[in-house]
Amino acid sequence: MAALKIKKGASSHSAYNLRPTFSDVEEVHTLAVLVTNEPGVLARVIGLFSGRGYNIESLTVAEVDHTGHTSRITIVTKGKPQIIEQIKTQLGRIVPVHEVHDLTVEGPSVERELGLFKVAGEGDKRVEAMRLADIFRANVVDTTLESFVFELTGAPEKIDAFADLMRPLGLVEVARTGVAALARGAH
Amino acid sequence: MARQMTGAKMVVQALKDQGVDTVFGYPGGAVLPIYDEIFQQNDIKHILVRHEQGAVHAAEGYARSTGKVGVALVTSGPGATNAVTGLTDALLDSIPIVVLSGQVPTFMIGSDAFQEADTVGITRPCTKHNWLAKETDTLAETLHQAFHVARSGRPGPVLVDIPKDTQFASGTYTTRQETKTSHYEPQLKGDITEITALVELMEQAERPVFYTGGGVINSGPAASQLLRELVDTTGFPITSTLMGLGAYPGSGKNWIGMLGMHGLYEANMAMHDCDLMINIGARFDDRITGLISAFSPNSKKAHIDIDPSSINKVIRVDIPIVGDVGHVLEDILKVWKSRGRKTNKEAVAKWQAQIDQWRAIKCLDFKQEGKTIKPQHALVRLEELTKKYDRYITTEVGQHQMWAAQYLTFDDPNRWMTSGGLGTMGYGFPASIGVQLAHPDALVINVAGEASWLMNMQEMGTAVQFRLPVKQFILNNERLGMVRQWQELLHGERYSHSWSEALPDFVKLAEAFGAKGILCSDPDDLDDAIMEMITHDGPVIFDCLVEKHENCFPMIPSGKPHNEMLLGEAETQGVIQSGGAVLV
Repeated sequence: MAALKIKKGASSHSAYNLRPTFSDVEEVHTLAVLVTNEPGVLARVIGLFSGRGYNIESLTVAEVDHTGHTSRITIVTKGKPQIIEQIKTQLGRIVPVHEVHDLTVEGPSVERELGLFKVAGEGDKRVEAMRLADIFRANVVDTTLESFVFELTGAPEKIDAFADLMRPLGLVEVARTGVAALARGAH
Repeated sequence: MARQMTGAKMVVQALKDQGVDTVFGYPGGAVLPIYDEIFQQNDIKHILVRHEQGAVHAAEGYARSTGKVGVALVTSGPGATNAVTGLTDALLDSIPIVVLSGQVPTFMIGSDAFQEADTVGITRPCTKHNWLAKETDTLAETLHQAFHVARSGRPGPVLVDIPKDTQFASGTYTTRQETKTSHYEPQLKGDITEITALVELMEQAERPVFYTGGGVINSGPAASQLLRELVDTTGFPITSTLMGLGAYPGSGKNWIGMLGMHGLYEANMAMHDCDLMINIGARFDDRITGLISAFSPNSKKAHIDIDPSSINKVIRVDIPIVGDVGHVLEDILKVWKSRGRKTNKEAVAKWQAQIDQWRAIKCLDFKQEGKTIKPQHALVRLEELTKKYDRYITTEVGQHQMWAAQYLTFDDPNRWMTSGGLGTMGYGFPASIGVQLAHPDALVINVAGEASWLMNMQEMGTAVQFRLPVKQFILNNERLGMVRQWQELLHGERYSHSWSEALPDFVKLAEAFGAKGILCSDPDDLDDAIMEMITHDGPVIFDCLVEKHENCFPMIPSGKPHNEMLLGEAETQGVIQSGGAVLV
């Protein structure tokens, strides 16, 4: 089993983070899971969540090391501390899983998401959409006389806020990548 | 050795390299090349079962009784789907097995071809890991990795799905030594700080108890030896789960019996009242804990497990130790001895006296009177008449299984094969076949109920064909006894579909397969009949007609804590609250 390697925040007495109490408060955690990029590996990870009744708020996956065939799966999940610990240890025992990092407890991290927004409209609404996109530093990646496609990168809350603002201005369709996250600092 | 060979030959070669001597299987279109290779060699014995479920359970019985990896070979489609129950059973009980399945050729996968099923997809949640072997060049390495994963860490079932064109094509064979296994190497040594903290608690504990499980047996015979040393030198009482029976001898002086839903009164009371619980290779299963909020409320708990996900899954523990039971026990003994072998002797003696008082209740007592055999009596006589033999016991699932656990004594590990986690009716008979093949001269008895036994009765053909003298000791109450018991206690005595009508004449059934059948209904004939079964050189179906409405006690009703056990029929009225009925 890829021994659960947790860099920071782990108890000095054990191989993994044992949280002191079984709190009843649900927490949102961002997990980074490094896996061998082999057929079925994503199904194993997702199957674990559906089979054991865990939540997936967001999930992104892509190969990050083409020579080493390693993929990074970023999962945002929600649950009581005991469930979060279960998720991590259960992920750790999937054979092609090499490392599990809980970015939420291991120290500061950055989270980013990319969204594409198609907004259709004419006249004032179209102008207002353009103005708001400027404020959010969204890029226009496609335009017709009656529509824009905006590209926006940021924390999930920023993507939510932008979508809320676009809705009354003719938002037709949204595509979001889900969260990608990295720990801050040199390591 | 020639390194170039067909995929089918690689399968046989890899099995030989892994030291496999027996394969349980059933041929079909998608595994014919492998069967052709099996035909052309003599190192590996193939046992033709009568149903793929039987092949997997037989492989489990083989594995559980030897500590080696069991192997089953099945064809694509229905062959693989029939193996699913066995795979799930092995997953829940952590039994190392490798199942090889045939698959339609790679270029036909996804076309709904004849006997095609998405085997890797279907078995993904019921295996520890599985592989689709699309290329002959990497097939051998995959097979060696499969064995490595099955036996390493927390053992479990794996499956390798091999398309027919992979079997026919030629490729380069990779030996076991050349195979990379580096990325799956579970941690064996426990954290020494936690181990020391446990030893400190052991030195002070006034009411300690060892609670051991199947992990001790999976860790190997050395772990059982270390456990015995630790228990006997500390003098702490020890109980075990169903899966762990035999790790510490049932006749040992510190043994307080199995715990859990149908465990002994003294064992459950000790669990409830202890101040230090040392869980060694068990997993706080719901059959063990009863009501979780009232589970052993005043104890410090330590948990030794090789699987980090078992720790804090159900019960929060104070001292988590991730590691192999054998390695951790060795370190506990080392630390404990180096600190002067201290225990709180006076308090522990008082604790033992308290346990003796609970024991004095004699929760397993029953009265054998009249002309009907009580199932408990049948097992007491079976124990008495077979205990001197080199004996292995398998069971089916239900009341008989609990009675066997209660009334038979296991002094060594690997002697007791039962479906604990999944509770698979139909497990015991094929498992007994696997055990007998691994131990040809041993006395192998499957303690069965008639309903469970019928679920895989087709394996009589296997037993007779391969001259396996397995003894099928059927406690026949013409009921689905455990279902009936729950209906009596929980469902207003409405016995919905829990009796067997049109049961076969088991003696004639045995004879129809070319085996021996024995019918016994009179307590006075029981000993002679059992001796006739033991001494017969061949498979026997022993149809023991027993009391039809006997309930299995003691019992912790669903939704109740350990200290609220039912001890007998008199106490059962209105004890189970409606909340307990949902807890199965």
